[in-house]
Amino acid sequence: MSSIPTTASEIAAAIAAKEITAREVIDAHLARINARESDIHAFNKVMADEARAHADAIDADIAAGRPVGPLAGVPIALKDNMCTRGVETTCSSKILEGWKPPYDATVVTKLREAGAIVVGKTNLDEFAMGSSTENSAFGPTRNPLDIERVPGGSSGGSAAAVAAGFAPVSLGSDTGGSIRQPAAMCGVVGVKPTYGRVSRYGLVAYASSLDQIGPFATTVADAALITEAIAGHDVHDSTSIPQDVPSFVEAAGQGVKGMRIGRVTDLPEGAEPEVTARLNAAFAALEAAGAEIVDVQLPSLSYALTAYYLIAPAEASSNLARFDGVRFGLRVNAPDTNAMYGATRAAGFGDEVQRRIMLGTYALSAGYYDAYYGKALKVRRLIADDFNRAYEKVDVILTPTSPVVAFKFGEKVDDPMSMYLCDIYTIPTNLAGHPGMSVPFGTGAHGLPVGIQVLAPALGEVPMFRVGGALEAAAGGAQ
Amino acid sequence: MSDSTLSSVVATEDQLLEGGWELVVGLEVHVELATKTKLFSGSPNRFGDEPNVNIDPVTLGLPGALPVLNKHAVELAMRIGAALNCTIQECIFHRKNYFYPDQPKAYQISQYDLPLNADGYLDLPSGTRIGIERAHMEEDTGKSTHVGGSTGRIHGSDYSLMDFNRAGVPLVEIVSRPDIRTSEHAKEYVAELRAILEVIGASDAKMEEGSMRVDANVSVHKLGTPFGTRCEIKNVNSIRALGRAIDYEARRQIDVIDSGGVIRQETRHWDDAEGRTHTLRTKEDADDYRYFPEPDLVTLSPSAEWIQSVRDNLPPLPAARRAMLKELTGYDTQSEAIIVAVERGQHEYVKAIADAGGDAVKALIYVTQAFAEAGANPAVPAKDIAALTILERDGKLSATQAKQVLADIVANGGGDAAAIAAAKGFEAMDTSAIEAMVDEAIAADPDAWAKYCAGEEKAAGAIVGKIMKASKGKADGKVVNAIMQARRG
Amino acid sequence: MTTSGSPISAADVAKVARLARLDIDNAHIEHFTEQLGKVMAHFADIDALNLDGVTPMTQPYPLVNVMRDDVEMPTLDTDEVLAAAPAAEERRFRVPPIIGIEG
Ligand SMILES: [Mg+2]
Ligand SMILES: [Zn+2]
Repeated sequence: MSSIPTTASEIAAAIAAKEITAREVIDAHLARINARESDIHAFNKVMADEARAHADAIDADIAAGRPVGPLAGVPIALKDNMCTRGVETTCSSKILEGWKPPYDATVVTKLREAGAIVVGKTNLDEFAMGSSTENSAFGPTRNPLDIERVPGGSSGGSAAAVAAGFAPVSLGSDTGGSIRQPAAMCGVVGVKPTYGRVSRYGLVAYASSLDQIGPFATTVADAALITEAIAGHDVHDSTSIPQDVPSFVEAAGQGVKGMRIGRVTDLPEGAEPEVTARLNAAFAALEAAGAEIVDVQLPSLSYALTAYYLIAPAEASSNLARFDGVRFGLRVNAPDTNAMYGATRAAGFGDEVQRRIMLGTYALSAGYYDAYYGKALKVRRLIADDFNRAYEKVDVILTPTSPVVAFKFGEKVDDPMSMYLCDIYTIPTNLAGHPGMSVPFGTGAHGLPVGIQVLAPALGEVPMFRVGGALEAAAGGAQ
Repeated sequence: MSDSTLSSVVATEDQLLEGGWELVVGLEVHVELATKTKLFSGSPNRFGDEPNVNIDPVTLGLPGALPVLNKHAVELAMRIGAALNCTIQECIFHRKNYFYPDQPKAYQISQYDLPLNADGYLDLPSGTRIGIERAHMEEDTGKSTHVGGSTGRIHGSDYSLMDFNRAGVPLVEIVSRPDIRTSEHAKEYVAELRAILEVIGASDAKMEEGSMRVDANVSVHKLGTPFGTRCEIKNVNSIRALGRAIDYEARRQIDVIDSGGVIRQETRHWDDAEGRTHTLRTKEDADDYRYFPEPDLVTLSPSAEWIQSVRDNLPPLPAARRAMLKELTGYDTQSEAIIVAVERGQHEYVKAIADAGGDAVKALIYVTQAFAEAGANPAVPAKDIAALTILERDGKLSATQAKQVLADIVANGGGDAAAIAAAKGFEAMDTSAIEAMVDEAIAADPDAWAKYCAGEEKAAGAIVGKIMKASKGKADGKVVNAIMQARRG
Repeated sequence: MTTSGSPISAADVAKVARLARLDIDNAHIEHFTEQLGKVMAHFADIDALNLDGVTPMTQPYPLVNVMRDDVEMPTLDTDEVLAAAPAAEERRFRVPPIIGIEG
């Protein structure tokens, strides 16, 4: 067996060229999982048998000369909040433990059609609520770079799986930074596409107007490749945008000559000094690569956290009402249906989920709607307007992804506010519905990775990937 | 939804209840739309299937499922708006959050402050105009069966079983203004609304099957005082039951007030067998539905062209159909014959008979009498019926003979009236033959004749009966009557 | 109306827990009251904003009139779905007696 390439594009090319088999690729990744998964706990479920069978089928197709998809044989891990028919989909919650959906999420269908092989379902903060993957009902995921530390969250399992080499690529979901922040903390690339670019059908909803699926990868080109594979209009998602998907892979290699990069002069404070230093280095690198740095203001940004923590819990309180013990999932028996609801939901949901359901219920309840939810929607408009004004002057905006590098377990989990502040730079983009990505750019405190966030206007994935590619090139050159 | 500021209708003297009470009723009518599939998914919208076969991830509210709006449901809802003279407008959907096991997502996708249809009216056939506040789109719930206990009802049952075939079926909720002042008007409103819904093809509007469900908001007050506290009456399963329920509830409320009590705002259940309403739940613990805009759906903004084409393609409504028959026959729009013909959709058929040269009045009568099972478009050629009406009008056939020929034509799906009459040996009797028969009948029953002569009109029946029997139905009733009148002097 | 700066009372939290169908014991109610109070206090920042005339943003991307044709799509298998239910009987989902619920 020749050595297994590390990136998805190389793997797909090598398999298509019959240099290696899909089975060899899968076995190599399963071997890595075997070796380290007990330390990392990236997965809620490893689908070893299914993955091997799928790989064998692809190898048979290739041997027989039948056409295979562009991702044929590429292992991929899925965040465990995406429905996979007949395979447990738990959202890392006791309320869904053991639930086997009777249908596939659209992204899963698309990946399968492209020939990608699902190796497992990855751990997350319960129902994607959290920034450290400590809120999983099945135990936390550990950061492969330092197992004393969190991988970030909520897509911590998917970030860790890629960082640990369990799969070259994975999918996460990003509602307030849940792809970009763990990508930054695990030293990998993470992309949140434009809201509506990727179908949400089959993604278990946290906050419907903010959720978006996107990839983790070790390279910007791979992230672009997977984004292309999952993007596009879906008739099952009314909010899916009917727009053609340009070549993001091409964009990733185009460079930044002549581009205008925004520097936010009124960015909310709180970033670690090493993080700020890396941001400045990133501006310098892009300027050196031929881009122009332009100052922009986003005055409403400091209200983003408040708007987010009213809107997301409000939507979540409604989205999570369907977990009622009637049609699927956990039921705690009780003498009447109402008592059954209360007992089931109290037993099935963890603390953070209950906290957000309560927060959201409160924000929507009679007499408070205007003061909370209604106001938050207006703040959301101000933030989107700020961004759109800035994008009249610049092609993309650069910020840190996370104000802090990966922290230790237990440091923030009992102080919701300090945990919420981890998402201060990622949340605004979700509110605006714009794309954003995190690219590893050197290290900060404790030698841990720092991610730089590239933000772009709606459907601005092309300029975003161009800058992401340039940052990656500069980071590689610097090390 | 009733609100005193929303009605300027004042009951007339004769509409007031005993003791000077004014009844105030607003109706909320839910109708299931006649689509092939559900409002937000492609599962069949079909009544009467095995439980839980018309289900999909959206219907069941499975994690990850998303709604996509059915365009035909919107079209039908717009037809309802157009038929009820509403403004059809840009609108959005809201989530109405509440837990109930027949509500799969624990929220209903409905419309709230921006409904598709707003601010219309419906004219009752008797003339009163009832305001329509809104007609909005929403999804239906599943169906519960309560098992155990003695009654099969929800109270005292051991457990319940859920069937989600109906969940997600498209509904339009039509909310009237509190403009109804008598139970008769309430019944008339529902009957007219049902006729409209059928005519425009929006719904089969069957109260017995639940595809049309009526809730009544009922209150009473003295004229010149603010509206009373209203109670919402549910479980009214027929138009007749609606009238009874409103009358009962008005009486109950008046009795409570008269005996010094106060009316609590509550939902009450109509029990048709007992003929009374029961408290279902009080509204003290005010409903907190936490409405908010449905983030999984986008704005619905029907174009001006679409709205116009819906308005342009609306078929003639029952009122126009009744007016057409009135014009044709001279009958009152409120007459039984016109109401029945329009209800059956046979107005065009009546017109076709008249257009084929038939007598319009006789056409209307024949159609209402002999075409109960024939549907809107009877298979019998209109010209065949037209010919028969002329034979009767011209005295060539008696009414009784014409009826027999009509039965023949209907049974055979058509036929030449003159030929059938000839084959039956029907020919109009001449007057002298009838006169002889009249004299015979008088002689046979002098008592009846004496009573008739004394002014007892009913007594004529016995004599006419004898004549008809003797003539085997060939004698024209009108001629018989005229002769008897002449003999009486 | 309470402004977003004022703390949440234990009674508020108990009412919200009831609305959300979460059986939370008294000790937890206090814990949640304290935590939610802190969070809501932080959110008082938006009280300072003048939001008059700002249109609420309910959708990130302005799509309109997304509709499907009235065409049947495949349905789920009844047995597969009922097998995943906590309780089923006679092809239906079974629940305990329905009492004490609005509806
Ligand atoms: Mg209602
Ligand atoms: Zn309704």
